Amino acid sequence: MRKIKEFVIEKLILICGLASIFFVALIFLFLLKEGLSVFKTVSPFDFSFGKNWYPISEPAQLGILPLIFGSLLVTLGAAVISIPIGVGCAVYIAEIAPLKIKEILKAGIELLAAIPSVVLGFIGMITLVPLVKNIFHLPTGLTALSGSIMLAFMAMPTIVSIAEDALYSVPKTYKEGALALGATHWQAIWRVMLPAASSGILAAVMLGIGRVIGETMAVMMITGNAAVIPSSILVPVRTLTATIAAEMGEAVVGSEHYFALFAIGIILFIISFAINVTADLFLHKRQQ
Amino acid sequence: MLKKLLFILSVTSLTIPVFASKDSGSIQVKGSDTMVNLGQAWAEKYMEKNPAKFVAVTGGGSGTGLSSLISGTCDIAMSSRNIKGKEIVLANQKGIHPNEIKAALDGLAVVINPKNPVTAVTVDQLAAIFTGRATNWKEFGGKDERIVILSREVNSGTHVYFKEHILRKNDPNSKEEFAPGALMLSSSQAIADEVSGNPAAIGYYGMGYISKNQKPLSVAKDENSEYEAPTIENVINGKYPISRPLFLYTDGTPEGPVKDFIDFALSKEGQDIVLATDFVPIEK
Repeated sequence: MRKIKEFVIEKLILICGLASIFFVALIFLFLLKEGLSVFKTVSPFDFSFGKNWYPISEPAQLGILPLIFGSLLVTLGAAVISIPIGVGCAVYIAEIAPLKIKEILKAGIELLAAIPSVVLGFIGMITLVPLVKNIFHLPTGLTALSGSIMLAFMAMPTIVSIAEDALYSVPKTYKEGALALGATHWQAIWRVMLPAASSGILAAVMLGIGRVIGETMAVMMITGNAAVIPSSILVPVRTLTATIAAEMGEAVVGSEHYFALFAIGIILFIISFAINVTADLFLHKRQQ
Repeated sequence: MLKKLLFILSVTSLTIPVFASKDSGSIQVKGSDTMVNLGQAWAEKYMEKNPAKFVAVTGGGSGTGLSSLISGTCDIAMSSRNIKGKEIVLANQKGIHPNEIKAALDGLAVVINPKNPVTAVTVDQLAAIFTGRATNWKEFGGKDERIVILSREVNSGTHVYFKEHILRKNDPNSKEEFAPGALMLSSSQAIADEVSGNPAAIGYYGMGYISKNQKPLSVAKDENSEYEAPTIENVINGKYPISRPLFLYTDGTPEGPVKDFIDFALSKEGQDIVLATDFVPIEK
């Protein structure tokens, strides 16, 4: 009787374990099935490198190059802002801060992670957008920069908590050794701790970027959504995610536009898959 | 924001079979964001008079409403544009025969910031601005400032109407498009907010959204016509050049509860609600 119980429970857990992989596979298959249909009417080259996105015109122009550039620009901007601040924050929490401040900071960062992105987008629209407009004397504050700043806030909690974790798991003896050899506190952090935790920090950065590139609601609200290839970070952009979110409601099921949105989904899936795999590689490197 | 929420709620509610069932006596109305307040007002009054009936109204955009009608998840689609040929073909494949009912009129206001000195434009000038051929307010008697074009997203019937009737001037062969640099905002309220904070912005939305923080432009059909302000009288008498019909679409000729609701919307009382929600009643 006990054996049967063990057997059943074991199999149940096995099914639970396999379920997630099964769902990912199903989602990917569905994406492929719907998305690849667009290439019956548009060549993959024209789709990826076309400069015009007019999906509801006759004939539709389905070129997603401006959208890819939009996503990359916003992500790059967010990375430039969030990585130094995030890693700096992690170093402070892990190495320098007294226990009390450490607790407060950690709680604050977790709270930042808990703010829904639509709320951040709304706050950004009211406060950040006019600020960006006035500082740079722009015709409009709905720009890639506004999106980058807001997304940096969203990437920060991920970067800080994973990087802090990585720093924490560096063996204490490393630091003690460095200090015993006469290194200052900063030298020990910069020359010993950070290199020792580098793979973990890189993983933190990759996961933060993964969060940014998939973010939708906040970017849709504050980047202006104009489908042009951006000439600088101070112009409006339209991202891949915002395009799907804004247009899926309209697209008639089974139309070219509908398939094109799924094809954008495939591209997003590939990008975030690549980022996650890279992050995973770094994490495994650290464990060895 | 509220409309986005309503849309999300409506999507969630579709998964609950109780709401989607056709024979429970409840009526699902869905579609145009422009019309969602009107639909809601009709539904409230209608349910007040017929407590046994239930009418659920959700937004999402004209295209969203029509695709729900086609997939059979709503009874009435509200739309601020005509149904497309492609959509009819698709509907017929699924055994649905869209039936068009004109329920109200809407004047589209073109608005700018009150600080902008420009007061009147022609339809040609509007086309030049929104396609990106004219880029500076100086050309229209304003300050030396780049024009910031605001448009609705492509799922909006207002976007489609504006493109077809202003940019393309009703010419089906025209290839005019919104300037690629036009900002696509997700709601009429977002356009209102951006216009009230940006002296260089120009946007468009249904007349009902006009407030003191935006200045509606007077529009003339061509250079020889009078410039007319977007008011209810000017839309009724046809002087204001940018007005459009608002439609309700049903599957086939409406019957039973759906017919009852549509009859109410078209009645004197229903049309008074149209007026109260800042739209223009259809002529009787």
